[in-house]
Amino acid sequence: MASLVLEYSVEEVPPLVAEPGTRRKIRWGRGLVLVVALAYFIIPVYASVDFALQNNLGQFSFVTLKAIPSQPGLGAALWLSARLAILTMAITLVLMVPTVIYVHWRMPRFRRVMEVITILPIVIPPIVLILGVLDAAPLWLKASPYMLSLIYVVLAMPFVYRSLDAGLNALDLKTLVEASRSLGAGWISTMRRVLMPNLRSALLSAGVLTAALVLGEFTMASLDLWQTLPVWIVNFSGTNPHVATAVAMFSLLGTWFLLLFIVALDRSNSRKRRKIRA
Amino acid sequence: MTIEARTNVPATVESPDAVRSLASGAPVVLEGLVRHFGVTKALDGFSLDISPGEFVALLGPSGCGKTTALRVLAGFEQPDRGRVLVDGADVSAVPAQRRDMGMVFQSYSLFPNMNAVDNVAFGLQLRHQRARQRRARAGELLELVGLSDQADKYPHQLSGGQQQRVALARAIAIEPRVLLLDEPLSALDAKVRAELRDEIRALQQRLAITTVFVTHDQEEALSMADRVCVMFRGRLEQVATPSVLYAQPATAFVAQFVGVSSRIAVTRTGNAVELFGRAVKIRGDLASLPADPLDALLRPEDVEVHGAPSGLGVVTHRSFLGASTRLEVGIGGSTVKVDVRSSDADGFEIGLRVDLSVSARDVLVTSQRPDR
Amino acid sequence: MIPSDDLAADPDVPDRGVGGEKAGRRRTSTGGLVRSLRIGAPVLPFLVYVLLGLGIPTFVIVNLAFRSDTGRLTLANMKTVLSGGQYQLGFETSLKLALVTSIIPGVLGTLLAYAIATSKFESLKRAVATASGVLANFGGVNLAFMFVAAFGTVGLATSWLAHIGLNPWNYGFNLYRFSGVALVYMYFQIPLMVLVITPALSGLRPAWREAAHNLGASTWRYWRHVGLPVLMPSVLGCMFLLFGSGFSAYATTEALTGGTIALTPIQIGAFLSGNVISGEQNIGYALGFSMIVLLLVSVVGYVLLQRRASRWLR
Repeated sequence: MASLVLEYSVEEVPPLVAEPGTRRKIRWGRGLVLVVALAYFIIPVYASVDFALQNNLGQFSFVTLKAIPSQPGLGAALWLSARLAILTMAITLVLMVPTVIYVHWRMPRFRRVMEVITILPIVIPPIVLILGVLDAAPLWLKASPYMLSLIYVVLAMPFVYRSLDAGLNALDLKTLVEASRSLGAGWISTMRRVLMPNLRSALLSAGVLTAALVLGEFTMASLDLWQTLPVWIVNFSGTNPHVATAVAMFSLLGTWFLLLFIVALDRSNSRKRRKIRA
Repeated sequence: MTIEARTNVPATVESPDAVRSLASGAPVVLEGLVRHFGVTKALDGFSLDISPGEFVALLGPSGCGKTTALRVLAGFEQPDRGRVLVDGADVSAVPAQRRDMGMVFQSYSLFPNMNAVDNVAFGLQLRHQRARQRRARAGELLELVGLSDQADKYPHQLSGGQQQRVALARAIAIEPRVLLLDEPLSALDAKVRAELRDEIRALQQRLAITTVFVTHDQEEALSMADRVCVMFRGRLEQVATPSVLYAQPATAFVAQFVGVSSRIAVTRTGNAVELFGRAVKIRGDLASLPADPLDALLRPEDVEVHGAPSGLGVVTHRSFLGASTRLEVGIGGSTVKVDVRSSDADGFEIGLRVDLSVSARDVLVTSQRPDR
Repeated sequence: MIPSDDLAADPDVPDRGVGGEKAGRRRTSTGGLVRSLRIGAPVLPFLVYVLLGLGIPTFVIVNLAFRSDTGRLTLANMKTVLSGGQYQLGFETSLKLALVTSIIPGVLGTLLAYAIATSKFESLKRAVATASGVLANFGGVNLAFMFVAAFGTVGLATSWLAHIGLNPWNYGFNLYRFSGVALVYMYFQIPLMVLVITPALSGLRPAWREAAHNLGASTWRYWRHVGLPVLMPSVLGCMFLLFGSGFSAYATTEALTGGTIALTPIQIGAFLSGNVISGEQNIGYALGFSMIVLLLVSVVGYVLLQRRASRWLR
């Protein structure tokens, strides 16, 4: 359900102008809200950091952190999650990008249909989808973990589509394509040299979100009985809760930093582009 | 392009009651306004006196401070220094809600959740008028702006021009002492713009509200206003009636921003300057100008051109503008624009040697230094 | 996948040369159909993929929900699911949970989004945007563990609160029951609300507030007559979205409670893990079908309200 919402690029959202001559009371109120929210959201993070820096007796220690790399199954789980993420991103790229570009270029009325289709994964959440998949999929497919990748592509559709859609809306697609082709570029050239570079930030955000989705997906992986990273964390929590919590925290923070990094990278790129235009 | 000062056009009176009951304007004084945004000086000691019922246009390029000045007047910005006086009283500390001014914004300022009538009646609703009374009042005002048949429409169902008419009615409904318009026509297309221009001016004259109108379009300013105030870099360049502003620009900026001007170097001769081989009087006092080299600023219609085989100038360009044709003449290292009647233009081929002379009584001169 | 080079056949591109469009109109309706198919052909791979990946599983669920163990059509499964016993309890609890975690985060999320949107610190906004994205979408398992560390019986926050005599566990709080699950859900529902409502907040034009002030309205009256009415469809629509999200979440609860709480998604999970009573083999599908119907309602509500909102906030 949450996958309907893609990250919003802070650039696209214009700043909401605060009431002119804001009274000090309101300013304090706003600050208070932010502080309370910050405390609420920081506490679990802080608690898990604290927990991760303890040993089994509750004393401060790096034992837990040092033990992480050597935990049985962690490496395999990470590697499986990584492979699934890469495969999902690849399939998504090949399937969605040409389709969305084509729809924007030649079938603009079909965009409505696309929007409806890409909302469907919200109506059929992972816990329900896996029900149908496990029954309908042939045995040879179920024997491979990569079946998960195939399904993850469907889960990722809502925000991959919206990301690409927004990116294409910002371009004057028809004009670009016609200009490129009138100068003699073939289709592949046009895609490669004209469209892809202009879609870079949309592609980036779609890719990163897809990867984050796969790395954090638990429902379908666990019920399909494959030990991806989140599944490993849950399974391992019985053995060593400190380690499990530490890995969970790193996983979350790691995803967040990755997103921040991508956004920052994208911002500096677009700033460079804007400088040239000015 | 010749710009004529607009004469007062008598309006057709439709609903005298609505008109009579609306108050007339108050005098407004802006005194020494200074406003910084970070390092940028949006207003740099800006002062202006506005008489009751007067229509003043604030004209200038983007960034000149005209919108900031308007917003300070409205109460949306606080100046770092300076005062705002309305009807003699200092309103600098009064919040926008209580300044009793009506404002029309550039676009999309109608409340989207209300139809036209409710939008116009909003100010009256805040003043606790009864529903029937204020709806009737709003209806009258909508009729005044010619939109009584759109009364039930919502903003997203109205065109840009219609929206601005409703916005105008809404601003007038509260019977403000001052009417403020922040580039209300800039977002509209040309034809609608021209229509609304006349209507706004006619309405303002009937109601005799003190009005401040911000625009970057000189045609709008010159055709609508009683006085035009040209601003540049947060300062007042010149404030005068449109015809005076055009014919006697006080500074180089005004000369080049309002209408078209050509710039050409001149040399001093005694109490005058030498231009095109003849001595010409200057506007103002020669002694008050700095010792630097001087340029003259000439309007195309103030220059005469004659073909002359030994002339100092050469025709380099011709543009057909309809009734007149604009020639560009290279002379003395500069280019001077000259307007001639199109019926006379045939004789002036590109490459023809010509002589120029000034047909105005005096010329505006300025220092050659770029900042002036 | 590469579209044909024939631009003249594209209905959206003006025809070059004479007779192209006219010839098209003179063709029979089958000809027109063929042309539409030709143009639509490149999206077939996508459609086929959706059909296989989404359509077939859905069909299977809908079908099996109404089939008995022997394959006959029956309403027995749906009856069991909807009328009594653990499944009805599961539904009620899930509904309660979804309501609580859509209304409260709906309000709090809007306030938080407003506080952030009006702040002057760009870096704050950026950090919040990305954090919200992460929390809203990929929290799940990781969140569960973090909350155990914080609010478990020996959690850090629990012990802090216990120090000042306010140990929540003594007041009926239980991380592994409804109250705890709801608390953890807030952690991703609030960011989700912040994400979905922020574009709507930006749609509130400053000109509206300034016009309102100019006409004499105080801040309160502005919100009452303009701000809130304009925002309301968006806020309600987003709450529908949150409702669906709160109803269908599985990973977080499973990781947190190990499947020991009666919620519909958990029951589906239990069913898939083999905890089935004989004769009730298709109960899980009936549960799934019920969830689909419920989510359909909430998504339709969201879409309708968003459409209403976008008319005003354009």
